[in-house]
Amino acid sequence: MSAANEECLLELRFPAQANRMVLVRDTVRSAARFCGFDEPDTRDIVLAVGEACQNVILHAYAGREAGTIVLGLLRGEDRLILRVTDFGEAIDPAKIEPRNLDELKPGGLGIYFMRELMDSTDFGPSPDGVGNVLQMTKRKGSARW
Amino acid sequence: MVEAVREEQGRLVIGLDGEIDLDRAPKLRNLLLDCVGRGRDVLVDLSQVTYIDSSGIASLVESLQKAAGNGTRFGLIAVSPEVMRVFELARLDKVFAIYPDFDAAKAVVS
Repeated sequence: MSAANEECLLELRFPAQANRMVLVRDTVRSAARFCGFDEPDTRDIVLAVGEACQNVILHAYAGREAGTIVLGLLRGEDRLILRVTDFGEAIDPAKIEPRNLDELKPGGLGIYFMRELMDSTDFGPSPDGVGNVLQMTKRKGSARW
Repeated sequence: MVEAVREEQGRLVIGLDGEIDLDRAPKLRNLLLDCVGRGRDVLVDLSQVTYIDSSGIASLVESLQKAAGNGTRFGLIAVSPEVMRVFELARLDKVFAIYPDFDAAKAVVS
């Protein structure tokens, strides 16, 4: 569902497999540039989407046959909205916490990256009752690093 | 991603390029841990890496920790601007030894 001032730019449906991520990143990169985002913003968006899909592959479909990811890109007046939908294990949003950066350990940075790079991230169960939806928004000119 | 391991003045120098993501990180992890396991100082050249995500970062962090446990050094050289920004975001730019080039690294890494 999109607000009246949001235009569906494109929708990708792809297997939740790591070897598809290069294709997804290339598409998202092109879409961000198409919408007029500068390179720092574009890099933010690409990394955030990569981390979101990685979490689906590693967690939502963990221990089961890899399913499908649907990535929707919607264009608003000054923003890009990215909606990542999976059909895997429902994950409790309350249990999703970025790790403490003061602890040096491999892994656990994906959530932190998404929250730092995007202007908003909202995660919850799919309204269809199966799987999860992560919606991220990036406004133009908001690159923070 | 091309991984090239060469020996320079007693150190192992690993050259990487392209995009390091979940698809490639497991292979990279094995390579890095194998090199660190040889008991030599290791330098990773990231000058040609254009993208790295949390899975690639995890491989580097694990290798750094293994090297520390072995009493050897693990450093990064010629980190590309794109990758450096990710390290800064993760506040790892002060955790890793990062050198502008091999000559600078060899002056410090013995």
